Amino acid sequence: MTYIPHTDKDRQEMLAVVGVDGLDDLYEAIPENVRFPDLNLPDPISEMEVTQELQALSEANLEVFHTSCFLGAGAYNHFIPSVVDHTLRRNEFYTAYTPYQPEISQGTLQAIFEYQSLMVQLTGMDVSNASHYDGATALAEAVILALNHHRGKRNKIVISPAIHPHYRQVVRTYTQGMGLTIAGDEKYETEPKDLVKMLDEDTALVAVQYPDFFGNITDLSALGEAAHASGALFCVVVNPLALGMLVPPGDFGADIVVGDGQPLGISLSYGGPTVGIFTTKDKYVRKMAGRLVGETVDNRGQRGYVLTLTPREQHIRRDKATSNICTNQGLMALASAVYLSVMGKQGLRKVAELCYHKAHYTAERIDALKGFTLWNTHPFFHEFVVKCPRPVAEINERLLEWDILGGYDLGQEYPDLKDHMLIAVTEVIAKAEIDDLVAALEEVSND
Amino acid sequence: MTEPLIYDLSSPGRKGVSLPAVDVPETALPEGLVRKELPLPEVAENDVVRHFMRLSQLNYSVDTGFYPLGSCTMKYNPKVNEDMARLPGFALTHPLQDPDTAQGNLALMYALQDWLMEIGGFAAVSLQPAAGAHGELTGILIIRAYHQDRGDKERKKILIPDSAHGTNPASTTMSGMDVIEIPSDARGNIDLDELKKHCDERVAGLMLTNPNTLGLFEENVQEVIGLVHGCGGLIYGDGANMNALLGVVRPGDLGIDVLHYNLHKTFSTPHGGGGPGSGPVGVAEKLVDFLPDPVVGIVDEGDEDKPPLYGFITPVKSIGRVKAFHGHFGVILRAYTYMRMLGKSGLRAVSDYAVLNANYLLAKLRDTYKVPFDRICMHEFVAEGQWDDAPDIHALDIAKRLMDYGFHPPTNYFPLIVPEALMIEPTETESKESLDAFIEAMLAIAKEAREDPDILKSAPHKTLFGRMDEVKAARQLVLCCRPLYLDKPDNK
Ligand SMILES: Cc1ncc(COP(=O)(O)O)c(C=O)c1O
Repeated sequence: MTYIPHTDKDRQEMLAVVGVDGLDDLYEAIPENVRFPDLNLPDPISEMEVTQELQALSEANLEVFHTSCFLGAGAYNHFIPSVVDHTLRRNEFYTAYTPYQPEISQGTLQAIFEYQSLMVQLTGMDVSNASHYDGATALAEAVILALNHHRGKRNKIVISPAIHPHYRQVVRTYTQGMGLTIAGDEKYETEPKDLVKMLDEDTALVAVQYPDFFGNITDLSALGEAAHASGALFCVVVNPLALGMLVPPGDFGADIVVGDGQPLGISLSYGGPTVGIFTTKDKYVRKMAGRLVGETVDNRGQRGYVLTLTPREQHIRRDKATSNICTNQGLMALASAVYLSVMGKQGLRKVAELCYHKAHYTAERIDALKGFTLWNTHPFFHEFVVKCPRPVAEINERLLEWDILGGYDLGQEYPDLKDHMLIAVTEVIAKAEIDDLVAALEEVSND
Repeated sequence: MTEPLIYDLSSPGRKGVSLPAVDVPETALPEGLVRKELPLPEVAENDVVRHFMRLSQLNYSVDTGFYPLGSCTMKYNPKVNEDMARLPGFALTHPLQDPDTAQGNLALMYALQDWLMEIGGFAAVSLQPAAGAHGELTGILIIRAYHQDRGDKERKKILIPDSAHGTNPASTTMSGMDVIEIPSDARGNIDLDELKKHCDERVAGLMLTNPNTLGLFEENVQEVIGLVHGCGGLIYGDGANMNALLGVVRPGDLGIDVLHYNLHKTFSTPHGGGGPGSGPVGVAEKLVDFLPDPVVGIVDEGDEDKPPLYGFITPVKSIGRVKAFHGHFGVILRAYTYMRMLGKSGLRAVSDYAVLNANYLLAKLRDTYKVPFDRICMHEFVAEGQWDDAPDIHALDIAKRLMDYGFHPPTNYFPLIVPEALMIEPTETESKESLDAFIEAMLAIAKEAREDPDILKSAPHKTLFGRMDEVKAARQLVLCCRPLYLDKPDNK
């Protein structure tokens, strides 16, 4: 199957118009010694065969529908209302590109404008861009904004160890050529109040996660005040779904809010694609990376939308641009916008509360088991840590026999937290599944 | 035709979903941490469906019609790709589940790495980068790490032709290196004399787009690569234009050291109204150890009875992670579906017909539209949207008028080295009939430009929306559903 519509007659006629004899003659500009390599690739197959092959390959995976998933750590199994995917499947949305021609792209433009609005309201900030690749790269771009804001005069950032390890790694990757000092995440037990002491005149930005990687929710206003007193920008990495019930970071002084939009209507899909959320204050809008949609009118007097403040972007400013981002996560931003619309004010709050109650019930039950201790001392949202009597990998292997996908092994990224499991409980988990998990853990700890 | 905003459809107390009751004992909500207001819309499911349905109808898309947006490879997106990406066995896998339980995903990723290596002539491929620009940043960081590792710390210059896409210089700046712009010569190639002036021991590398953004295969490619390699620099390849090269030439064979592919261009994954994309990076042998963390490898070869076991491997001198988890798996999966179906002969046919279609359009339009660097092109070409005898007409006017004829306009004003550029990329999935219809429209517009220029200046006429006031949008910023006062005192 090739999706090429040309008949032999078409080809002959077109070659004649071009003035060459055959298709091979189109490539004379290419050095002959390397032209037409013999590639070792499979032969073509039909659409029918490819669906059979891929069905078989997909069945080689364990998936979260046929298991009880207690694994989170930055990617969460939530209920997605049908309308979300029905919207994503509209050909006019998914087969269009960046809305450079606003007259014929109002659908995408207005949808992004609504996404921006929803993100602003959810995070309590002033402006949102049209998306980043994911939460991790959004955090890296927040760091770059802060460095640019201080015009290169501040060369340090302070980051909490309770920010997702992948996010911190991405920040280090992005900034490796910038001569930046990154402090704060050396010890896993460092809390927001301890970060205050690390802020100084060289600090461009301080970043924390809310709820943090271990599930904790703490009052971050003191850190926000300390950041501002030292002249640093205050960045909060959020789980946007938790903001269905938690005080938004805009209310406690955040300058930048970033996060991954996956919990808002985006399937797990092995971790991508998702959408990187980025919201900030008005005063930083011109330093912000990424696309922005603004409202205007057309020459017939109708309200319409366009990409605006483009002089920040790479296609205009080139090496002086705020970022290199071009293709972003448009369709995933649309998914989040549809999800938030259909969930609405009451639905999102309810989902957040369902997660909260179920997680607390689970934590309490596990904490009562011999050998298991709940580690969190702060309030938490839908994820928490338990100290286990055996290595987490061993427990998880046994849980699979119960069709349970166990929690995240914290020892992988935090050596001091060996035998600590990070457990996530979302609204899709029923009480019976929690009770099964508890029974399984009890049995596993006994043998 | 204005569609209300989702907030305008809201009515207090209305619900869009039903959710289950709490089936566990409730826990008190944390004091002082619960928000009071949650300003989200309150709408019914039907409102949401109609709203987004109506919005979708305001869009032009590949599935609506011809979309010759140069440099973006707006080919047809096979529908089967969408179904495969939604198979529960893929869509419902968790990125952190034990790789032993996700062998289907890993086998697929391994195969795609392999095919991309073969097509590009590279020793290894990373599927991590999220888009082309992200691949560029990854590649430039790899080049930096390579020089650092060799103790060659003074190499900070990245040479970039003036015809390059804006992401090339922007990615370089993000990597902490310095951009040196190299002009093009009279034939649209990199100017060799200018290049020579900059080739010294401070060069880290050169970013090469080939075919270049004029749609031309760099005639001096071997000299360019020889010069840069000669002074110790590496070559970064911007693979945005790989649609012209499948089975035709392997960038690695030309001496390119690192290159990004765009799965959302060459390999048919949809553009999603702006994304998501996927920008895998291929590297030559000497750069394999620097790839981002992780790559998919075989951790146990297996035997006759046992299939190989795949796992994630951290390259020994890795630049680190560029993204959370494992890249855009859902996009990777669509590209896999496409490549598996097309196979070796199908992929070669893609390039053959993409190049034939572009040359056919070029042949039919070159007498009417000035083509500044006119020779056999690859998968696209650049024409000028201006005429001496129609002084008021700009490329933008032609673009807008094309909408009245039912087409998406070509890319405007890129590359920057052609005045009033119209960059036309038909792709292989367009039939001769569709190209002929486009040619007819282009010729008609050229005639209108002389006889009735106002009809172009005021276009589009037949679309649901007219030209937008972009100046107003930038001056009176309204970026969300409430006015934005940039000079609000507490925001200063
Ligand atoms: C020549 C070229 N290079 C790089 C890019 C950037 O790729 P992406 O948009 O996937 O980041 C583009 C995108 O349009 C391009 O045309």
